[in-house]
Amino acid sequence: MIINLHVNGIKKSFDINPDEYLVEVLRRYGYLSVKKACDTGSCGVCTVLVDDSPVLSCSYYAVRANNKHITTVEGISGEDRSLGEFLVDEGVDQCGYCSPGLILTVIAMKKELENPTKESIVEYLTGNLCRCTGYVGQLRAIMRYMGVSE
Amino acid sequence: MKDKFQSVGQNLSKVDGMGLVTGKPLYTDDLAPKDCLVIKILRSPHAFARIKGINTEKAEKLVGVEVVFTHENVPKHLYTRAGQSYPEPSVYDKYILDEYVRYVGDEVAIVAAQSEETALKALKLIKVEYEVYEPVLDMMKAQGSKSQIHFRERCFLNMDKGFEPEKNISAVYNFSVGEDVDEVLENCHVVVKERYKTQAQAHTMMETYRAFSYIDQYGTLVIVSSTQIPFHVRRDVALSLGISAGKVRVIKPRIGGGFGGKQTVQVEFYPALVTYKTGKPSKIVYDRKETYQATTSRHAMALDVTLGSDLDGNIKAIDMNIISDTGAYGEHAATVLGAAGYKSLPLYNRVDGARFTGKAVYTNHIPGGAFRGYGVTQGTFALESAVNELAAKLNMDPLVLREKNMIRKGESSEIFNLTTVGVGSDPIPMDSCELKYCIDKGKELIDWGNKYPRKVISPTKVRGVGMSIAMQGSGIPGIDTASATIKLSDGGTFTLLTGAADIGTGADTILKQIAAEGLGVSYDIITVFSADTELTPFDVGAYASGTTYFSGNAVKMAALDLREKILAEGARMFEINNEDVLFDGLEISSKDGNKTISLIDFSNKLIYKRPHIQLMGTGSYTTTDIAPPFVAGFAEVEVDLETGKVDLLNFVEVIDCGTVINPKLARIQAEGGIVHGIGMALFEEVKETKKGKLITNTMMQYKIPCRMDINNIVVDFAESYDKTGPYGAKSIGEVVTNPAPPAIVDAVFNATGIRIRELPITPEKLKMALINK
Repeated sequence: MIINLHVNGIKKSFDINPDEYLVEVLRRYGYLSVKKACDTGSCGVCTVLVDDSPVLSCSYYAVRANNKHITTVEGISGEDRSLGEFLVDEGVDQCGYCSPGLILTVIAMKKELENPTKESIVEYLTGNLCRCTGYVGQLRAIMRYMGVSE
Repeated sequence: MKDKFQSVGQNLSKVDGMGLVTGKPLYTDDLAPKDCLVIKILRSPHAFARIKGINTEKAEKLVGVEVVFTHENVPKHLYTRAGQSYPEPSVYDKYILDEYVRYVGDEVAIVAAQSEETALKALKLIKVEYEVYEPVLDMMKAQGSKSQIHFRERCFLNMDKGFEPEKNISAVYNFSVGEDVDEVLENCHVVVKERYKTQAQAHTMMETYRAFSYIDQYGTLVIVSSTQIPFHVRRDVALSLGISAGKVRVIKPRIGGGFGGKQTVQVEFYPALVTYKTGKPSKIVYDRKETYQATTSRHAMALDVTLGSDLDGNIKAIDMNIISDTGAYGEHAATVLGAAGYKSLPLYNRVDGARFTGKAVYTNHIPGGAFRGYGVTQGTFALESAVNELAAKLNMDPLVLREKNMIRKGESSEIFNLTTVGVGSDPIPMDSCELKYCIDKGKELIDWGNKYPRKVISPTKVRGVGMSIAMQGSGIPGIDTASATIKLSDGGTFTLLTGAADIGTGADTILKQIAAEGLGVSYDIITVFSADTELTPFDVGAYASGTTYFSGNAVKMAALDLREKILAEGARMFEINNEDVLFDGLEISSKDGNKTISLIDFSNKLIYKRPHIQLMGTGSYTTTDIAPPFVAGFAEVEVDLETGKVDLLNFVEVIDCGTVINPKLARIQAEGGIVHGIGMALFEEVKETKKGKLITNTMMQYKIPCRMDINNIVVDFAESYDKTGPYGAKSIGEVVTNPAPPAIVDAVFNATGIRIRELPITPEKLKMALINK
């Protein structure tokens, strides 16, 4: 079946199977920043933004996204792009595999949390797992990016 | 010492960092050809069985199925999946496919089809008839079991490590130093004798196992794989297919985490086989369930430790006996087992006698394999728990007990001589052992003086602190090889070619820093290319904490070699003696200042004018030197007495890894490694049903630490310099994981009086112990 998605600001038609998850469709069409890791909606690696809200694309049917706006890391712009630099500056890029999902979640968080604190950041991001960094370095980088002090 | 260096010690960002965080297609599956065959594997539902009959007719007839392999039509060459230097100490006990299946998840058939959907459909059409055997599901009963998992005539040994399949023994490891341990123990005033158990732990790297393959323009079988060991994959795949290693090329792209899991050749055999037989590109991507079910995990162990001391706390004897569960296959069986002893017992080098005995037994569990720490994590847990128990028995501060007994700078342990290939019998002094500093600094950072042993917060909340020391190796002396080449290109730029496998650790980056240091140039004019068996020189790969030390030393040799050649060419150009030439990184000049040429002009002249050469420096490194890193770890926990839940409030680790090549990246290595230890201590456990079927096969059931589980982690580095390391560096990757489990267990003990000897410390386990107290 054919669906229409606005991916990173560009409207395109996608030929999908009705039972396909969004992650599979996006990867099939070349949005390779979107990664699969757990298959069960547990780890946050596959996160993309659907109408600016973080969504686990491994458990979100592509058909649900019809006519919606999808943002992947390839499509982030402006100030949001600097988040990657904060992560690299702190050395928490490591294997990098969870970075696209984390970055998109942080971008959504920045819009959503009005007075972010260390605790509210940790709580918001707790569904984004990382096996390399032990989290604390990521937190340092994200707090700097958000302008939140200890 | 640090001030001497230009590039070493700098907080350089990872050379691939921006590519990774901007989502560039750099990982294996991003690079696979779109139209390649997709491979799926039919797996055994039984823990132990023989395939009596297998019918693939219907599957083969399914439209879109390219090929189906069973044990009846694959090449039958024995191998081990363990990524180790040849000849491997692991038993060759595996075929690509076998008529025996030895755990739930073992491979039965391989299907390659034009789509994933078709391949999965085809799996369902394969009919298998099994003769089911009684499985061995308790490692403590493996040796006496009537079920024999492997057969001598169906295995191959490079060397005798005590393989005794009739008793389900894959390997035996024994050594002892000093006086007879039993006699010494008899004369000890205080003795601790306990059994500790460590669980199987799953790596849970974010990128699951995967590889793809194709035949290139030269007829070479190319495998692109998410691996830590490209050069071992090349050799092992060639062996499994019965072809020359010269026909196989392995490329490692960017890797989404490994932690030892990818030190085993998990998936590469299958696309290699399919592409070799069909000539078509093919790929395999394990889903999360397969990754948990059908790869490897940390060897579960039962460790008996007996410690004896006098009344003043001088430890006189240590006896360690281990049963290690190597599961269905013997990957890393002997070496993980031995490392549990020979990289933990030297911590207490003043004993009158130390003895290590151990067996790695086959069971019908998921195979054991390499996992960050490689047995040392298990050994450290048992030994350090026992030392903490001794401190409690003596009513002595565990720090004081460590100070009395631990290895110190300039001292040695005979165990190093006994367990290291080619090292000889002269004592090997630990010139860069800063354990004393690590303990003193950690004590201060955790505020031990005020917090030890416990603080009652409320009627239901108690806090406690605990600690542990640990060591590891820096690569495998006498076994490992690393090599590197650096070329000077036109335009005055350098390319570092290294076989080392960066799996996210930052190896490419720190090796570039070492190259810059050796050449005496800015790291900005060096590019790195790594881990392609056809294009880069040999390196064993990313394991045994060997990259900084071995690969780093090779890069340093290559850099110094090339620098010499630059000076020699400068001398020839200026018609002066070599020793009268200077190279400051930008210009080559004569000492008297009369002649100068920029590096750019120099390199252009070399290549385009006379003498029409490209200068290259190379280095291959091995050693029998031993350069263990040391750490001290301190945990502060808060226990909820009502629920048994343990919150880790603070974890402090002070690390002696020699010179810190890149403090920023080293810190993250440490923080990540500590959290692996925390996961092992508190959350993670591979669980199976009574029939051997995996329960923890998703990330919903298998609990790695999440963000809210991790509070404050403090990492600090000791000022240290190891003269055998590249610019003084030792390793960091694994040692950082070791202290968390024993330190957390002791913190819980100090808080509650309950000693957990079987990991992990789950709330139910602790609550039951509190109830029964």
